[in-house]
Amino acid sequence: MPHDHSDHDHDHNHSEMDDMTSRVMALEKLLTDKGLIDPATLDAILETCETRIGPRNGAKVVARAWADPAFAQALRDDATAAIHSMGFGGRQGEHLTAVFNAPDQHNMVVCTLCSCYPWPVLGLPPVWYKSMPYRSRAVSEPRAVLEEFGVTLPDSTAIRVWDSTAEMRYLVVPMRPEGTDGWSAEELEPLVSRDAMIGTALAGAVT
Amino acid sequence: MNGPQDAGGRHGFGPVRPDPDEPLFHAPWERRALAMTMAMGGLGQWTIDESRHAREARSPAEYYRLSYYGIWIAGLEKLLLDKAMVSEGELASGVPDGAVEDKLPPLSPEGAVTSILGIAPYSRDPGGRDPAFGVGDPVRARNLQPAGHIRMPSYCRDRSGTVTAVHGYHVFADTSAEGDRDTAHWLYNVTFSARDLFGDRAGAGDTVSVDLWEPYLDAV
Repeated sequence: MPHDHSDHDHDHNHSEMDDMTSRVMALEKLLTDKGLIDPATLDAILETCETRIGPRNGAKVVARAWADPAFAQALRDDATAAIHSMGFGGRQGEHLTAVFNAPDQHNMVVCTLCSCYPWPVLGLPPVWYKSMPYRSRAVSEPRAVLEEFGVTLPDSTAIRVWDSTAEMRYLVVPMRPEGTDGWSAEELEPLVSRDAMIGTALAGAVT
Repeated sequence: MNGPQDAGGRHGFGPVRPDPDEPLFHAPWERRALAMTMAMGGLGQWTIDESRHAREARSPAEYYRLSYYGIWIAGLEKLLLDKAMVSEGELASGVPDGAVEDKLPPLSPEGAVTSILGIAPYSRDPGGRDPAFGVGDPVRARNLQPAGHIRMPSYCRDRSGTVTAVHGYHVFADTSAEGDRDTAHWLYNVTFSARDLFGDRAGAGDTVSVDLWEPYLDAV
């Protein structure tokens, strides 16, 4: 076990500790000792981020929009109200817009300036979304970026890239896969991947 | 600021490397860095735009060298110093200088959950002010180059586009980055031809939609 920190080998493990680990541990201890943070609060934050938010929430929104035309219309008209009504609200999801893919337009979301992302419906962003390659190229060469995700769009499909520069967050509603007529929202949900709701995959594609 | 964060359209960062099975965190310290940043943010001593500016306001060499959560920790340390909540000596030693802070109780676990799942909108009452632009109006992004925080990407400066949505009257990032939680302006979605922004690199017919506040825009 390379990362087994046993008590009797304290100095050895300490000297092996990488810079960021020691810097963050020292800061957490300092802020705790100064009475500014409670370590139990950090645990509660992590549990909430890891279990209460995430792309399964977004998949429920998309699947419901596919299965229920009235909900799809409500999502188009006021995504903030429609998504909050399903209980998916919170930080980085205060204001929401749903953008619907169609044969003539594919939507793709980026934050070129930092890492804005719709947390309540997609969770914490993946590393590639926050990385400079995606942030720099999604706006200028989205087709080349999509190829790196294994997605090739026909030339007749225009791409609209949404740069999340304010507090509006964007959720892509991918096109419903063929051959799913009559499926319930519950049956459709597994076809909706995280990347499909960012716009770097298509629904039903293996991601 | 014309800073390292303004990434749109830059060359040289290489290919995107998607990882479908990627974990949320790549090291235990990243989890603590996220949680600590949120717990401290929950004390209400700075706005989200102040924290964004604390992360981006550094040299390009440092910004590009640091990992994502490395930038978060650097930003948190800068805010703690700027707000005099921690001293340089304390950061270096890891030991409090003197009396323990007691005016500002730590965020409770319950408060933290509420801060993540509760909804605190950025929209404000326009107080009778009407939006200057409507959907379909042509607008031009101003050639603004402040040294401080701004949420207009440089790639759309001086370019013309069309208003495609009026989002509402939202807290203005530029003043929010100075601690002002009240100043707000009309916020629009403006859509540009990708070729107007990026020339032949972009596909004909492709577009880029950017959320821009009224002070960033002129009528065409």
